[in-house]
Amino acid sequence: MKKKSITEPRTSHTFDAYTNSEIRRAAETGIYDIRGGGSKRNLPNFDDLLFLGASISRYPLEGYRESCNTKVILGDRFSSNPLNLEIPITIAGMSFGALSAQAKEALGRGASLVGTSTTTGDGGMTKEERGHSKQLVYQLLPSRYGMNPDDLRKADAIEIVVGQGAKPGGGGMLLGQKINDRVAEMRTLPKGIDQRSPCRHPDWTGPDDMEIKILELREITGWKVPIFVKVAGSRPYYDVALAAKSGADVVVVDGMQGGTAATQEVFIENVGMPTLACVRPAVRALQELGLHRKVQLIISGGIRNGADVAKALALGADAVSIGSAALIALGDNDPRYQKDYEKLGTTAGSFDDWHEGLDPAGITTQDKKLAKRLDPKLGGRRLANYLNVMTMEAQTIARACGKNDLRNLEPEDLCALTVESAAMAGVPLAGTNWIPGT
Amino acid sequence: MNILDFNKLSLRDINKVLQESDKNSFFSIRNPKGSHALAVGINKQITVKVIGSVGYYCAGMNKFSDIKVEGSAGPGLGENMMSGNIHVTGDVSQYAGASGHGGSILVEGNASSRCGISMKGLDIIVKGNVGHMSAFMAQKGNLVIFGNAGHALGDSIYEANIYVAGEVASLGADCIEKKMTKKHLSKLENILSNANVSDYNLDTFRRFGSARSLYNFNVDNAKIY
Repeated sequence: MKKKSITEPRTSHTFDAYTNSEIRRAAETGIYDIRGGGSKRNLPNFDDLLFLGASISRYPLEGYRESCNTKVILGDRFSSNPLNLEIPITIAGMSFGALSAQAKEALGRGASLVGTSTTTGDGGMTKEERGHSKQLVYQLLPSRYGMNPDDLRKADAIEIVVGQGAKPGGGGMLLGQKINDRVAEMRTLPKGIDQRSPCRHPDWTGPDDMEIKILELREITGWKVPIFVKVAGSRPYYDVALAAKSGADVVVVDGMQGGTAATQEVFIENVGMPTLACVRPAVRALQELGLHRKVQLIISGGIRNGADVAKALALGADAVSIGSAALIALGDNDPRYQKDYEKLGTTAGSFDDWHEGLDPAGITTQDKKLAKRLDPKLGGRRLANYLNVMTMEAQTIARACGKNDLRNLEPEDLCALTVESAAMAGVPLAGTNWIPGT
Repeated sequence: MNILDFNKLSLRDINKVLQESDKNSFFSIRNPKGSHALAVGINKQITVKVIGSVGYYCAGMNKFSDIKVEGSAGPGLGENMMSGNIHVTGDVSQYAGASGHGGSILVEGNASSRCGISMKGLDIIVKGNVGHMSAFMAQKGNLVIFGNAGHALGDSIYEANIYVAGEVASLGADCIEKKMTKKHLSKLENILSNANVSDYNLDTFRRFGSARSLYNFNVDNAKIY
């Protein structure tokens, strides 16, 4: 009989259990993994920064006495009707098709309750989201699915989508399972086929073209509504500078924790930059052009709470945008559907096969029965609650730093816990005056 | 006939007049000097004649109106147009009719690359040649080419039809030649007739469209993607 080993079984860091399962899955199916959401890697993020509360050198504001402004105006550079938001947290673009009509309605209701904006997505504008969104941003995407000048004129702002943090340089994907009659009609494509959205716009390429595209959109809408340009966080310094030079009123920078309805896992986890690393280069680009605070900067990608909001604003952003967090507020990945998630081979908190249309929470689906699980009114209320909590959290921090406006937060209010985050955020390592890279 | 002269008016002035004009108005635009974004976002039945060449996005997102350019047009002519008719007597640059949902474009000269890219229902007639990647990802509508087509015609095409009288340099992924049926001949004749094109021989046209083999992902097609 063979002698029993006395050493512990040793697993590999290189070939860990997840990696091995991916290799087996690839070998079995012959296709790369497709999923929704953003990067799940342990990336440097806003948790790596801390605020330096006021004491003697700076004095704080009373938490429940002194006011702290949260309002922000987006798009007053060239447009005559900029967005006036009550809070600096907007809802990111998510398409009808990727989301159910009920989910789109809930997002509109929640955003409107707290005085912020929501955003359309690939596939055009639905009457539900227009009807329930007091301030709606209409996206101009490379696919131009559902692009309609009548809807363009109904919008409160236009967002030219150049890229998305989850897939810089990549196009969208909506697989056949979610292409029902209504989605197919809105996108002018046959029901049930995989829809591959292009990665580039069909009628322009570089920044000089984009400047003319912006001119066209302004001429169509009479120079009334703001023009946003959304870029993926890959080369934020150059992309933000070019977007501003092209005439954008607002630039949105989406880091790699930003979600998508569906794309390749290899893309989500290996292309782009962490949101934390995108903010300072974007701000620097605007500052060098003399356009900081004149062209507003929105940061998105993995924003979760008021601390993240405050940190993004302290680094120089004017507002943030949330997508995944808003879906969680509606009920995405809620443990009450644990048994349903298990039937899909996953768990509450891990579910990311949004492209398959089987979402137990009824959010990322076009299945009528599943979609009914989400009550748009209740969902809207939940989202409004969440947005209010985030805002109050950010105000709490701002007051502790002695600020009577969220946008008065500044990099000098921050320190970093790690060398990496200090370098990325351009703030000193805690307890030192050292900012790596400067 | 109302005359709008770029020597006297700005682009904003001219577009505002066009966008806010009464139905069935007639306009003649003088001295466009290659201006971009001219006659964009018109939302009613008016007639516009532009005397001279225009820049990018002329007649972009057009609805209902008839726009004639007596000259050539820059990139993105009639992009995302919904209805109406555009007629260019000269040549047009890249992306003519990009993502157009309806209406028609008639080009008497040549069209550059990506003519009809992502088209979603409009008809485009080019009396000359078209450049490479024309009708790329074309979803619906018809692209009629009297001359020759450049490389990768109809790459990743969906349900649009392409009719070519001349030579095709090469076809793009999933684009194949299809049988010209009586139904399609009749359809082609209607498209040409609606655009007041009369000098053609239907027998010279061949039809191209989607093989529909890439509509749903199949690992055996991996090399094509």
